[in-house]
Amino acid sequence: MSAPGFDVERIRKDFPVLGRELPGGRSLVYLDSGNSSQKPTQVIETMRDHLTWHYGNVGRALHVLGSESTEAYEAARDKIAAFVKAPSRDEIVFTKNASEALNLVAYAFGNPVGEDERFRIGPGDEIVISEMEHHSNIVPWQLLAQRTGATLRWFPVTDEGRLDIGGLEELVNERTKIVSIAHQSNVLGTVNSVSPILARVREVGALMMLDASQSVPHQPVDVTELGVDFVAFTGHKMVGPSGIGVLWGRRELLDAMPPFLGGGEMIEAVWMDRSTYAPVPHKFEAGTPPIVEAIGLGAAADYLTAVGMDQIKAHEKELVAYALEALPEVPGLRIIGPRTPIARGGTISFTLEGIHPHDVGQILDDVYGIAVRVGHHCARPLHLRFGIPATTRASFYLYNTTAEIDALVRGLHHVQKVFG
Amino acid sequence: MIGESMYQELILEHYKHPQGRGLREPYDAEVHHVNPTCGDEVTLRVKVADGGKVLDVSYDGQGCSISQAAASVLHELATGSTVDESLSVVDEFTRLMQGRGQVEPDEDVLGDAVAFAGVAKFPARVKCALLAWMAYKDALMRSQG
Repeated sequence: MSAPGFDVERIRKDFPVLGRELPGGRSLVYLDSGNSSQKPTQVIETMRDHLTWHYGNVGRALHVLGSESTEAYEAARDKIAAFVKAPSRDEIVFTKNASEALNLVAYAFGNPVGEDERFRIGPGDEIVISEMEHHSNIVPWQLLAQRTGATLRWFPVTDEGRLDIGGLEELVNERTKIVSIAHQSNVLGTVNSVSPILARVREVGALMMLDASQSVPHQPVDVTELGVDFVAFTGHKMVGPSGIGVLWGRRELLDAMPPFLGGGEMIEAVWMDRSTYAPVPHKFEAGTPPIVEAIGLGAAADYLTAVGMDQIKAHEKELVAYALEALPEVPGLRIIGPRTPIARGGTISFTLEGIHPHDVGQILDDVYGIAVRVGHHCARPLHLRFGIPATTRASFYLYNTTAEIDALVRGLHHVQKVFG
Repeated sequence: MIGESMYQELILEHYKHPQGRGLREPYDAEVHHVNPTCGDEVTLRVKVADGGKVLDVSYDGQGCSISQAAASVLHELATGSTVDESLSVVDEFTRLMQGRGQVEPDEDVLGDAVAFAGVAKFPARVKCALLAWMAYKDALMRSQG
């Protein structure tokens, strides 16, 4: 059934935890990769090997370990640049996570240290986001609006869970400084179409950023083809470690932006009363970076590339089509988000009538070993939009199977027996 | 089958048939408590007589079975008792919930609330069980001025 050459059983063997027995003899059914993905042996061993034999600080130590570490850290940057087809390795900035990448860009605006017109913002200027954003693509812009007096605006979401761009012409206008939206929703699974919005953004001379935390792990992403100005994503959702994220930005914009955090390694020269800064990407990497995490992320990119991002996308499409068929069999189940496997990823959120998601998640976990996420998934405004306090979310990845979706459906029937 | 030991019959019964639900007049104090991690919320009112007798605990809210059943059990235990008596039940319930499953509950004090003993083994759910009870304690303090 799967894409040619894609063997999910072989892939599962790369992830030791998937064979783990949970207390009570349950086997693990991990359907929470949208929250954080599991790690393959290849990533774990790369990190272990580096920590064991090659560890030193990067960029400043002249000894063997220091240069081996620097080489491995910078090689990871090359791998990530290749993974998202960045035109230059210097456009890859390592951050702590996607949230930091988004904040880094938000703090470039209205910053007196910067002089570039494109980042000047004040009362009367506008910032545009959407109602389907993760809190990490909402709060940094709220803070920017509060700091500068700019106005925060947003695209609404349709009942089907698609971005409503009916008001695009009015919403994105000459006052707009930046538009920042999710490439793929972490709740709805919706994959947003970038080009119509980007065309309008270019017309009005604004900038555009994508929160690609949920897309880069699951489909081939080519930043040049996307054509936007900034892309943020995170390591731990793409079989890499936590503690490492990425900001990709167009070189001339990164050059024009003021530094974010000040500290070691981000400088060129320092006097007591002023400093000059290192060229990008180092200008944005103050202090000792998450060295081993970056190297682990490089290994994750290698792993995903070897499996094939096209293959992964095709496999997940099969899973989500299967789940969209199977889940509505459960009485009282309402899917929040697109009900067709078109322009959507492998994340399905739903409610069960009369049963709180916490109770759903608890029974699934404790009885069947099924790990899902319950709550508002850091997207409270989206839940308010649908008039619900919380949802249960199943999210799939390259290592999931249709048998696991069957287990989820069986589990949900049981949940209904307990609370019905 | 760990989870189902948490969902005692009595808890499910209170969840499906909540006792004393709905906000009523008159009342001395009203509080609104939320659990930001899961969005559970409760609005709770107390009415206390001059002699310290709890005349009514009325509430409304939304949340999981544990939080809603805990509010229902609280209503049953507190209404008709005295402020001092009910506070000692709150203290014992809090001790049980925060005991990580290691505390032997005092059934004489807790009555039906002893059914929540299993919840204490699930740190993520302890706040659900305590939500209405902490709201009650808060409301009593406010009502006493």
